[in-house]
Amino acid sequence: MHKYILKRLLMLIPVLIGVTFIIFTLSYITPGCPATMTLGETAPAEAIEALRQEWGLDDPFIIRFVRYVADAARLNLGETYATRRPVMEEILTRFPATLQLAVMGLFISVLLGIPLGVISATKQYSLFDNLATIFGLIFVSIPNFWLGMMLVVFFSVNLGWLPPSGFETPAQWILPAFTLGTGQMAVVMRMSRSSMLEVIRQDYIRTARAKGQKESVVVWNHALRNALIPVVTAVGLTFGFLLGGAVLTETIFSINGIGRFMVQSINSRDNPVINGGVLFLALSFSVVNLGVDILYAYLDPRIKSQYK
Amino acid sequence: MSDNNNVNTRKRPPKKKSQMADVWRRFKRNITAMVGLFIIIILVLTAIFANVIAPPVFDDRLGDYMPSYMQQNLRNANAFPSGDNWFGTDNFGRDIFSRVVHGSRISLQVGFVVVSVSAIFGVILGAISGFYGGIADNVLMRIIDIMLAIPNILLAVAIAAALGAGLINVMIAVGIGAIPGFARIVRGSVLTLREQEFIEAARSIGANDYRLIGRHILPNCMAPIIIQATMGLAGAILSAAALAFIGLGVQPPAPEWGAMLNDGRRFMREFWPIVMFPGGAIAMVVLGFNMLGDGLRDALDPRLKK
Amino acid sequence: MTESNNMLEIKGLTIHYVTDDGVVRAVNDLNIAIGRGESIGLVGETGAGKTTTALGILKLVPNPPGKIIDGEIFLDGEDIIKKSEPEMRKIRGNKVSMIFQDPMTSLNPVMTVRDQIAEVILLHEKMPAAKALEKAEEMLMKVGIMPDRAKDYPHQFSGGMRQRVVIAIALACSPELLIADEPTTALDVTIQAQVLELMKNLKEEFNTSMIMITHDLGIVAEICDKVAVMYAGSVVEYADKLELFKNPKHPYTIGLFNSIPDIGNDVESLKPIKGLMPDPMNLPTGCPFHPRCDKAKPECSEKIPAGYDIGNNHIVKCILFNQ
Repeated sequence: MHKYILKRLLMLIPVLIGVTFIIFTLSYITPGCPATMTLGETAPAEAIEALRQEWGLDDPFIIRFVRYVADAARLNLGETYATRRPVMEEILTRFPATLQLAVMGLFISVLLGIPLGVISATKQYSLFDNLATIFGLIFVSIPNFWLGMMLVVFFSVNLGWLPPSGFETPAQWILPAFTLGTGQMAVVMRMSRSSMLEVIRQDYIRTARAKGQKESVVVWNHALRNALIPVVTAVGLTFGFLLGGAVLTETIFSINGIGRFMVQSINSRDNPVINGGVLFLALSFSVVNLGVDILYAYLDPRIKSQYK
Repeated sequence: MSDNNNVNTRKRPPKKKSQMADVWRRFKRNITAMVGLFIIIILVLTAIFANVIAPPVFDDRLGDYMPSYMQQNLRNANAFPSGDNWFGTDNFGRDIFSRVVHGSRISLQVGFVVVSVSAIFGVILGAISGFYGGIADNVLMRIIDIMLAIPNILLAVAIAAALGAGLINVMIAVGIGAIPGFARIVRGSVLTLREQEFIEAARSIGANDYRLIGRHILPNCMAPIIIQATMGLAGAILSAAALAFIGLGVQPPAPEWGAMLNDGRRFMREFWPIVMFPGGAIAMVVLGFNMLGDGLRDALDPRLKK
Repeated sequence: MTESNNMLEIKGLTIHYVTDDGVVRAVNDLNIAIGRGESIGLVGETGAGKTTTALGILKLVPNPPGKIIDGEIFLDGEDIIKKSEPEMRKIRGNKVSMIFQDPMTSLNPVMTVRDQIAEVILLHEKMPAAKALEKAEEMLMKVGIMPDRAKDYPHQFSGGMRQRVVIAIALACSPELLIADEPTTALDVTIQAQVLELMKNLKEEFNTSMIMITHDLGIVAEICDKVAVMYAGSVVEYADKLELFKNPKHPYTIGLFNSIPDIGNDVESLKPIKGLMPDPMNLPTGCPFHPRCDKAKPECSEKIPAGYDIGNNHIVKCILFNQ
């Protein structure tokens, strides 16, 4: 098992370097001189030139890239143009809100999606199954930024039940979490349904029934434990969508997270923040996927025993 | 469903024409798919006849005709839906219905361009990687791993932020993220097809690689490509709208649905139609393509039911 | 043949699968009886309805599309068709258990073999979990698997070993009736012999009645007392093993024996039965075998023959024996 985790960790390194390469290349091709952006158009030319020298902006691409990777490895993502504060610091103060939002979205998608998918599969072609399938398609298709706004219009403005913005109190959590979670809930539900349909036809399910096992145990223990294996992979991808979707959801609900910070920086062309944010979220996503891979091995003894 | 399909396979005569008929028959039975197709047809017709549905209007100040979706009327701003303005008017008094109708052109254009270009790149890369394997395959799969490590929308944000706003840049930003999906699907199909006997047979009668891939392998993985393309259209339209929503996509005053949502967001608490209709249009179109894709998957390849 | 003596008695069992394309008549008016400690071989081609019959006895025919249309199944004198699902659960794995055809797929891949055996013990016997695990290991020993493999998962075992685990599950609660559905078909020939030997010994040890479903007459000769030959969903001939092997009567049974290569008797060439098994969605009228039968008479296509007892408890479902 340790071998497996170690192997996964090692495989993470080239991916992270690759991601960093993409982000760096994008910042490299972005028009506009960072030194000018930092000091402002009106700054004296010598000051700008001095800062260019300090940051080594005239060095060749590859040297700048290596420096970028080395900085990133030391958790240094540069400074914001606007405040000249370290981007990492700004991101870390906002990360808890983003993480909380994404985790709540994950809870909604997993805790609702998996049971709904399982029930749908065990009652294939029933009214419940048909409705679940149709609503699943609808929820996958609704853009979450629009869903968020409509929820605000309905629940905050019309009914006055829930606050339209902020993320401090539990009442403020509900709308953003559902905005972010419903689409992925539908994804998880569809995935669970099809995986369950596959498993429920297997011979070992018949064996469990032939033992005299209760149908509920057959479904929720024997079948689900097998059906979850592919679903876990989907949930890993779901977390990526949730991190990405947080950008939009935070904007709608004025949540002070990384996503809203990035969107604000788009308007002020503060590219170090955008790139730093994307890099940071991509790294978080990779770490989550590493966790998913380990969980996967835990769920599927066939993988575990390969690395004994 | 699968039982019926087995029967179909057994009864299916080996003619290509009747195979298509078979797919169509299965597709027709699928209500979801037919509804999806209906939505898409409406959408395409709307885009084609946008100038008929919402024709240019005469503007007194300009003394000439101008696009209906551009004409402002501040005295009639934020008006609720009425006989004159079916969807109401926005904060500049522009007719929201006209803007939604003309917005379909932008969304469809983005969707089709993104999907066709990313499909071409993805198919070529996937076919090479699956057919030749070895180093090419390894390198490509690692690159795809790296791209998939960045959540799709964030990759688009980063690219769009670097390139700047605008229609073409949005297409690039969304399109790059769509390539891995095609490449992976084609690679997977090619890997299984490569081992099959008809490929061996074609090779033995002297078909070269180019011919093998183009004539024998790719036509046999059209089903997953078509499904991926249909679902990809939904995804591309959604991503482009999301980019516009955060100010990185097509810029106002163009009647892009996502941009309209971004503009209207400030007013939504007092005036819901300004966000209701453009967003509803995105949802309908995405739903249409998703339903169509779902139905195609069932009709084209029952084994792909995942 | 009095009722009280019989472990299992099936009367007029009819099971259909109702699909969009038509009704598959898998089992039609099937009659069979098994005495205590007796083993009966259920022989027939693929698609003759053998597995459906077995699943019917456990009321595990997948529904939909399968449905028990008619008939009675007396287990120990009680009609289980009338039993509720909770009552059936007490029977399954306990009084009646089943060994499935493909050991590669009939074990749950994410549970250790010990847990899978202990599960059935815990379901039917009141004992603490630790005790059940112990008993599961004893069962593994009985089928020839060392207890140090108890915590392994199915994928770590070979096909023959997995079938031993399946047998251990089936016998863990000392069932009175064991249904073995082609238990060796998926195994190598050498392993087949070992597994059969094991089953034979365990059957004697536990004094279990057994239904051995197979298309292999060799297996029947090896371990059965009686034989029932199935064709198109019903039993066409039923007799003691020796009687049937020496004195087959039904044209189908005779055809079946003639289709087997016999190394000691190469004078006659093989005589395969002409034609194919009928489509169960579209069975012929009358005797389902008549289109393939050499001795068919006009009336064979008109009515389904009854079972005629020709003495020695030998029953043949063919009008040739209507005296």
